[in-house]
Amino acid sequence: MITFENVNKFYGDFQVLKECSTHVNAQEVVVVCGPSGSGKSTLIKCVNGLEPIHSGKITVNDVSVGDKATDLNKLRARIGMVFQNFELFPHLSVLQNIRLAQEKVLNRSQSDSLDRAHALLERVGLSNQADKFPSQLSGGQQQRVAIARGLAMDPVVMLFDEPTSALDPEMINEVLDVMVQLAQEGMTMMVVTHEMGFAKRVADRVIFMDEGQIVEDEKTDVFFSNPRSDRAKDFLSKILNH
Amino acid sequence: MGAFDFAVIFDNLPFLMKGMQTTLLLTALAMFGGIVLGTLLAMARISSITVVSVVAASYINFFRSLPLILVIFWFYFLVPLVLGQPVGGFYSVLVAFTLFEAAYYAEIIRAGITSVRSGQFQAARALGLSYAQSMRFIVLPQAFRAMTPVLLTQGIILFQDTSLVYVVGLKDFLVSAELIANRDQRLIEMFTFVAIVYLIISYSASQGVRLLQRRMQR
Repeated sequence: MITFENVNKFYGDFQVLKECSTHVNAQEVVVVCGPSGSGKSTLIKCVNGLEPIHSGKITVNDVSVGDKATDLNKLRARIGMVFQNFELFPHLSVLQNIRLAQEKVLNRSQSDSLDRAHALLERVGLSNQADKFPSQLSGGQQQRVAIARGLAMDPVVMLFDEPTSALDPEMINEVLDVMVQLAQEGMTMMVVTHEMGFAKRVADRVIFMDEGQIVEDEKTDVFFSNPRSDRAKDFLSKILNH
Repeated sequence: MGAFDFAVIFDNLPFLMKGMQTTLLLTALAMFGGIVLGTLLAMARISSITVVSVVAASYINFFRSLPLILVIFWFYFLVPLVLGQPVGGFYSVLVAFTLFEAAYYAEIIRAGITSVRSGQFQAARALGLSYAQSMRFIVLPQAFRAMTPVLLTQGIILFQDTSLVYVVGLKDFLVSAELIANRDQRLIEMFTFVAIVYLIISYSASQGVRLLQRRMQR
């Protein structure tokens, strides 16, 4: 589904990604974790080309992201993305947020986009908030709308960039619940998160990054029970011990 | 006949109203044209294509470095020359004001666009919207909402600046009043009246903007 081959990326002289190679299979849930500044958010933003890479290759469904011949807009329409700060469009209602790209990118009719939006709001448990504006919702509700917005495009994969980091603690679970349900339904997911409970529960694999490198890429139970590198052990002890 | 005779105003009201119409029409059209052109300039200014950005920046710096009165004067002679036919004073000053104001509007709108969080643009692109669609549906509506008070304030300044068409003799409100003032020898009455009208319109407009600003902050 997604492959990374020797991906390198620089911000000026600073190398954010160093020779990153990995893959995400169809219907697989892969969690990416690591200390802040390790390049995990950058890695996930390279998948839909929001961040360009300098060398190496990323493919999604055998389409090369960095290839000049690739229609990036068409590819992005099939890759759902959820951001740390939700990034709902504040000047549009919840319903319009979910409908806009369906109509403008997929050319769906108004009635189709409306039906789809209502169905997805129902699914994330927000059908009574359809006509509100993002600022009238709690953080957890906003993030669930953002997930619905991504799902409305019928994506082949969903990318999550620290989806719960900006949330108050009591709202984290309502978002994770939606994500767990999604994972159990077989959605292919790549999730940057510090929520190790979520990783243990639904992730097939865990990728651990540090200083721009993929340090570990293991099945979930192996990663948690027997991390090989000291850096991963150190990270896990810090994040799990309280 | 006393020292002051304000009847001269009422006697010539239709003529003055016609002048005011010219002033308001010029303000509205130049504001509209300036905002449209200014939006294009602002987007060109922030373009990642260096040539486009440099051309836009040069345009903006050029017009912001010239006195308005010079631009009005200059275009009065230039526009008919470029078009190869006389166009009349109104159209030449309209072109001058539009091109001049566009440079100021461009800077306001550029600030508006950059005030929209970059994540908004990223989210739009991540959904598959093109650059143009992301600008049109996501970034510009938010930028204009944030910038409306500043754009309107610039419009009030424009309203006052239109009186500079005096230099080319276009019959706006001020010139109309001056014609009557000279003809009837009622200079003080007429200019006092003109001052009061400009004051009332500009002051109430800026109070309106303040009200709008306060409502937006809530």
